[in-house]
Amino acid sequence: MKILIIEDEKDLQNALAEHFRKEKFVIEVADNYMQAHEKIGVYDYDCILLDIMLPGGSGLELLKYLKSLGKSDNVIVISAKNSLEDKLEGLSLGADDYLTKPFHIAELNARVKAVLRRNTFDGKNTISVNNLSLNIDDRILLVNEKEVHLNRKEFDILSYFLANQKRLVTKSTLAEHVWGDHIDQADNFDFIYYQIKNLRKKLSKANARIAIEAHYGVGYKLLPE
Amino acid sequence: MKLHNQSLIYLTLAFFVIIGVWSFVFYIDLKDEIRDSIDDGLDNNRLLLLQQIEKDSSLLQQTEFGGNNFSVKQISRKNALAQKDVLKDTMMYRLNEDDLEPVRILHTSFRQQDKYYHLKIISSLVEEDDLIEDAFYNILLLFIVLVVSTFIINNFLLKRLWNPFYDLLEQISRYKLDKDTHAIKSKTNTKEFLALQEAANKLLLHSKETYRAQKEFTENAAHELQTPLAVMANRLELLLESENLNALESKQIAEILQTLNRLNHLNKALLLLAKIENKQYNEQEKINITKLIEEVLKDFEDFIDYKNLQIKRQYTQDITLNLDKHLAFVLCSNLIKNALFHSHENAEIIIKSNNNKLSICNTANAKALDGSTIFNRFTKGGNQTKSTGIGLAVAKAICDYYGLQLSYTYLAKENQHCFEIS
Repeated sequence: MKILIIEDEKDLQNALAEHFRKEKFVIEVADNYMQAHEKIGVYDYDCILLDIMLPGGSGLELLKYLKSLGKSDNVIVISAKNSLEDKLEGLSLGADDYLTKPFHIAELNARVKAVLRRNTFDGKNTISVNNLSLNIDDRILLVNEKEVHLNRKEFDILSYFLANQKRLVTKSTLAEHVWGDHIDQADNFDFIYYQIKNLRKKLSKANARIAIEAHYGVGYKLLPE
Repeated sequence: MKLHNQSLIYLTLAFFVIIGVWSFVFYIDLKDEIRDSIDDGLDNNRLLLLQQIEKDSSLLQQTEFGGNNFSVKQISRKNALAQKDVLKDTMMYRLNEDDLEPVRILHTSFRQQDKYYHLKIISSLVEEDDLIEDAFYNILLLFIVLVVSTFIINNFLLKRLWNPFYDLLEQISRYKLDKDTHAIKSKTNTKEFLALQEAANKLLLHSKETYRAQKEFTENAAHELQTPLAVMANRLELLLESENLNALESKQIAEILQTLNRLNHLNKALLLLAKIENKQYNEQEKINITKLIEEVLKDFEDFIDYKNLQIKRQYTQDITLNLDKHLAFVLCSNLIKNALFHSHENAEIIIKSNNNKLSICNTANAKALDGSTIFNRFTKGGNQTKSTGIGLAVAKAICDYYGLQLSYTYLAKENQHCFEIS
């Protein structure tokens, strides 16, 4: 899997590159508009992370260029601009997703995985681990081919864990993913704990061969057994 | 007190003093003048009498006033020479008035055929008390006429004169720094009002500039913070995954991340506020708020179950408002979240819709909150140290933007905190 990171902020670029290398992806980076333009024209990527504000030009222009090449469906726009117009324009130009800075790496990871899934398995949007299979589109969990009923939040939590397998997911990242934006209350951590307790119960009852490992005071890690 | 009334009071006082002093001086003047002319008349009388006496000596027999206005009495030469012309005020009985009345009397002496006589001539004086009384009533009338006419002038003429002022005042008080762009203007040629208008416009321009700069600063600061925040958070998240950390270290990093996360939320909320205030949400559509509330509640149903909260719906109508879809969602979810998070377990949340008002009430331990500061940024409920305290400020900003009322009331009896949109 090859990922192109188009981001002029060196620090962020390095952090993202480091993260995705751990996931065993091949990473290429571009610092500015011209460099990005060149790489896009020459190579194919499985996923492109695109910053809107770049030295030398706008990321939206790159997106138009990608669209003209028919390669825009695996682009995730990452922008400091949280404006709806930019988001709509980005998505209408064929970008797959739009993420506003600052974001959690785990969140980006989940989105990248989603893009890869959609473009790799011909739209079959399912994550499978051991005897467990999660259908993202239909929101169904199958363990040993048998359906396990999950409520909305439990499903969101599990899919987030599955996209970030073997990685430590912090409570706040999880809370934000499950609760969406503008959550700023302390209460929801207890609630997350309670949801995970229920989720674990349901998974062990269905004999799912995964474990959610708690890291005290930090978060959780999903491990396939 | 109104300017009209105030000026009326001052003018009345001034009138009182001026008319008082004036009438006193005028009265004395008048009396002097009257006395002067009476004295002249008496003197003239004396000359006429002396002429008459030359011709008709029977007049010398008039020793009492009787019907005439003079009396003659023979006196010694010595007395006559000592007698100088003297004018005096005295009182005399008047038959018609049946009272003693003031008269002016001239004492003089003359010689007639080597005999000396003392002549007294009188002329009735103005009755002073009557004069004072008459004058008093007239002056009082003048005073009243002056005050009343001043009042009328004040109220009709001056009011018209002050019209540009009231016009300017009205314009200034209605002026919104964030909305209005025009300068205030009143149709007037009065120098003072033109100066006021110019000064007000200068001040408004300055305030607008400051307001804009402040808004821009918030926006820029929040915006420029995004990338460094992202870098920090992502670096820490990477660090957290490193193998060499012990439990304590990872916990500390997680805590830093949590703080950072709060900073992110704060930043996002500030950006949202800045955007609302910059009017960057122009799309409007009809939104069924009651329906939207239900959607938000559905989003939180797990949490509601978890806290075992009872949601009581008392809808009597659907409330439909014209606003931006995204903002409508933020508004509803902020209010619902506020109610959910501040409720204790097993509490009741009452959502009512009637009379084009929507209210969301929750029971909480906290006592009544300060209604005047609750919608300010960064106002937090007592122990909620982890909240950014900006959710209600955002809700308020959205309501203000669309001209809706968002108010807070506390029902002490039920210990309920209510937020109402109307």
